[in-house]
Amino acid sequence: MIEFIFGRLTLSALPHEWFTIGGAVSIIIGGLGVAILLTKLKRWKWLWKEWLTSTDPKKIGIMYIIVASLMLFRGSLDAIMIWIQQALSVGSSHGYLSPDHFQQIFTAHGNIMVFFVTMGFLFGLINLIVPLQIGSRDLAFPFLNTLGFWLYVAGVILINLFFVLGGEFAATGWLAQTPLSELEFSPGVGVDYWIWSLQISGLGTLIGGINFIVTILKMRAPGMTLMKMPMFTWTSLLSMLLVISVFPILTVTIALLFLDRSLGMHFFTTDFGGNAMMYTNLIWMWGHPEVYILILPAFGIYSEIVATFSQKKLAGYTSLVFAAIGITLLALVVWLHHFFTMGAGANVNAFFGIMTMVIAIPTGMQLFNWLLTMYKGRIRFFTPMYWFLGFVSTFTFGGMAGVLMASPPADFQLHNSLFLVAHFHTMIIGGALFGIFAGFTYWFPKIMGFRLNERLGRYAFWSWIIGFFVSFVPLYILGLMGATRRLDHYTNTSWQPLFIISVVGFCIITCGVVFQILQIIVSIKQRKQNLDKTGDPWNGRTLEWSTPSPVPFYNFAVIPQITSGDAFWEMKRNKKPKEKIKYEDIHLPKNTAMGIYISVFVFLMGFAFVWHIYWLALLGIIGAIACVIIRTFDEDTEYVLTAAEVEKIEERGKTHA
Amino acid sequence: MHKEVADDKNLFGFWIYLMTDLIMFAVLFATYAVLRNNTFGAITIAKIFNPPFVLTETLILLTSSFTCGIGLLYARLRNKNMTIVFFALTFLLGAVFLAMEFFEFSHLISEGNRPDRSAFLSSFFTLVGTHGLHITAGLFWIGILLIQIIRRDITGANLRKLMLLSLFWHFLDVVWIFIFTIVYLFGGIL
Repeated sequence: MIEFIFGRLTLSALPHEWFTIGGAVSIIIGGLGVAILLTKLKRWKWLWKEWLTSTDPKKIGIMYIIVASLMLFRGSLDAIMIWIQQALSVGSSHGYLSPDHFQQIFTAHGNIMVFFVTMGFLFGLINLIVPLQIGSRDLAFPFLNTLGFWLYVAGVILINLFFVLGGEFAATGWLAQTPLSELEFSPGVGVDYWIWSLQISGLGTLIGGINFIVTILKMRAPGMTLMKMPMFTWTSLLSMLLVISVFPILTVTIALLFLDRSLGMHFFTTDFGGNAMMYTNLIWMWGHPEVYILILPAFGIYSEIVATFSQKKLAGYTSLVFAAIGITLLALVVWLHHFFTMGAGANVNAFFGIMTMVIAIPTGMQLFNWLLTMYKGRIRFFTPMYWFLGFVSTFTFGGMAGVLMASPPADFQLHNSLFLVAHFHTMIIGGALFGIFAGFTYWFPKIMGFRLNERLGRYAFWSWIIGFFVSFVPLYILGLMGATRRLDHYTNTSWQPLFIISVVGFCIITCGVVFQILQIIVSIKQRKQNLDKTGDPWNGRTLEWSTPSPVPFYNFAVIPQITSGDAFWEMKRNKKPKEKIKYEDIHLPKNTAMGIYISVFVFLMGFAFVWHIYWLALLGIIGAIACVIIRTFDEDTEYVLTAAEVEKIEERGKTHA
Repeated sequence: MHKEVADDKNLFGFWIYLMTDLIMFAVLFATYAVLRNNTFGAITIAKIFNPPFVLTETLILLTSSFTCGIGLLYARLRNKNMTIVFFALTFLLGAVFLAMEFFEFSHLISEGNRPDRSAFLSSFFTLVGTHGLHITAGLFWIGILLIQIIRRDITGANLRKLMLLSLFWHFLDVVWIFIFTIVYLFGGIL
């Protein structure tokens, strides 16, 4: 009976190691702290009504960024644990982590940073900015947007749940390669947590992808043709096209792994005719495009920033668009370069090697576009521009390392070495993360209504970039010296100094993070000095800067007519005589808690499958389906803001400014 | 104006969803193609394939697509009763198809050819079963729409949902044609 109720979840599964107990205690204390604060300030109702159930993409975007920031903190803790272990565990010393715990940590680090930090930040920024850039009041499917966000949150909770409810993290590496992740070799619940967390948040990503594609293709302001779209919107569109092309592959692949593990099937097993190498192919068919999903929006952010701060049109906008499209297409045909060593044969390796090198062409083109945009521009050095220039240097550096590894013979030497680790960290930190920081600083005044402190931003930038090179250049060298990735212990003592330098680099990066936190605190405190009253603090070019800061909840009182690219720049140049503005009724989506309810049920289902609690799984499935059905019976999902009300809000805004 | 834009968005969004679903099926077809000969001494597809049975299944599903199309035409004419009749017929045919598939699966399992017996059987059950799951979802959807039509008549919103439903149903038909060809016919011949 007890087994029926609790499945595999027994008392002995509960947290009992120092790191899980530590995690449990900090999560519980943190949660209690927030709960007490909310109760004291009587903000529960406000939180629920204004935020959690909101369908406003700006609020959902902010929530994405908050969750992603928390996960960034979590993933960084993993990083420092890995670094310290590797600095200590040499020769006769074995460091402070057991090999199994060490494996769980590097798996967690990779997973959390890719799925829950970078993806979270990007979805946040896209939610905040894309509707504004295309002159739209909302997304195509506001309900699916909250549902996607809450599924992402369900994934976040599920992957961290072992801290509180017991179990372990997968010890398989972030992609859970078979046959290691099969039941035979990973009998614990770690891989099951991994499967369901990714399955649920991946579903959220997929419906988010559909939503943004429809929004961008169908809801642009009149006159904004595709080739007049801002670059960030373009790259977001391409990134979302990749999402809908490859996330279904991920969904199926880990569903098959689940079938192997729970129903004893033989897709990827080593016996009964299963084919483990098929998993490697499938997971990288998703995994390679995934890194382009991360980097493409960052390219868009840099494009916006370099044009704005050079006060010039983007050099070669059309070529930039086609380069981005080229990268998108090539992203789909290079997956095999992740496992040249698996033995697909020389011809296959040669094809994928050449395709990989070809990607350097459109990427290089983009770099020249950005540099030429600065040429003869009147450049203003604000923090976003620092991040941009930092990106140009690190990304070029890391990109060349990538082209080097694209050659199969070289890759046989460098495969799974620290050289590879250093390479992809250069791309993801120097490319995607710097882009996120740049975009965050750039658009912060638009969303919050005041600018971030410049001086602290610059300190943060310098700490990050110096720390980055100090910590990762040693890894390139170590990789060339033969150090493989994921070492919990090594015997060659001559490597240790380089590992220690790498830790020093991490400490410098930590200073950067501290400056960033300080920057936000100080900026909030001094917001009166940095208020953005015009809505256009940087002399911007694209449509989002034509709205007041912070943006009213309906985005645009009047939908603008677009006649050219850099729409707002043109509007500022050809100032028309003021006409009497004619306001219209605005249809807006009502708030809804249904996204939360569905996600709760889906979460219960995932949790139940992890622990084999089948009645709960059934309850979760039925509950989620019932919620969807209830939602389809509800036809009253919109409300109308009358023209008079809009006018009142707009007039009030004007007198304030 | 407002309604038309909404129609357009829903239809387009649903098409994109269908394409993602198609990619999922593509992956399942690919795994099937890789594993179809890995029978590990257990039953092969040539032995499973029973031409009259599978042909009947196929014809039933194709007919259900036909009735679904007729039903949608009646819905466009706002003919409530005939819409209900034809979608009920679609539901019935879909249910018969599902029952036949269930019979085929249970027959295989009762003879010891369970999905965990070989990699081929895993991929066979998963590919065909995923299609069956979609049909099940479609049946639920038809049922709910029938309730909504009976309760609220054929409103604009209901008509829109019927259009999406029929897209979904035809899509499942197309996928079945591929299963019929690649799994069963190729299995019988090659």
